[in-house]
Amino acid sequence: MSVATPEQPAVEPAVQKPEEAEKLVIFAWSGELDKIWPTLILATTGAAMGKETTVFFTFWGLFPLVKNEVRITGENWMQKMLSMMNRGGTGHLKLSKMNFAGAGKAMMMHLAKEHNVASPQELMALASETGVKLVPCQMTMDLLGLKREDLIEGLEAPAGATTALAEAQGAITLFI
Amino acid sequence: MDATIAMSLDLKGLSCPIPIAKTARAMKELAAGQLIEVFATDPGSVPDFKAWSRSTGNPLVESGKEGGVFRFVLRKKET
Repeated sequence: MSVATPEQPAVEPAVQKPEEAEKLVIFAWSGELDKIWPTLILATTGAAMGKETTVFFTFWGLFPLVKNEVRITGENWMQKMLSMMNRGGTGHLKLSKMNFAGAGKAMMMHLAKEHNVASPQELMALASETGVKLVPCQMTMDLLGLKREDLIEGLEAPAGATTALAEAQGAITLFI
Repeated sequence: MDATIAMSLDLKGLSCPIPIAKTARAMKELAAGQLIEVFATDPGSVPDFKAWSRSTGNPLVESGKEGGVFRFVLRKKET
């Protein structure tokens, strides 16, 4: 192992590339475990890289923001039915494939624990702590019957598509 | 320049993205020019620390492996 001197760096000299985007904006559309996971990994990494990071949660992506203890959401029977069939909260997410009525998900969580991979709950908390802006989409909240009090603490005020696109200007953008 | 290690982080056993996230957070407490050493076992941390250094401008002055443990030394950039 060689110790670097200022003249001879052991690795390569760190040069800040001026063209590198300083913002990361992720549109979290999917609510499944295997999609919200990379969303949160990328968001927390973006924050660690010093990027101003925002995640807009819309449509199915809103459900992971529901508090784990909240069971039924919505005002009319359709919205209530939706929440019954698609329980929200980071602790109740399903895999997009090989979920096997929860058995696949349980195995995945077991593997994650074995490999010391942070859970979506931990990553959501880390995102909040490290300054990632978590923005729920107002229109889809109304559509799906999700109220602000159904959702976890630490979120930004709900906003719309214009806010999302304005934030996305000049940023790395991902739609997951 | 002060060549002694100002802070040491044991991130062994942790997986992506936690080693980078914790390092980034710890580095905020350092003064410009100070060194931090990080121990990790995630093989992905080798390219990741390199990329993080390149992207944030905090020089990676050392990257090595001893007995299955990776050791990285980073210097907080001058602001």
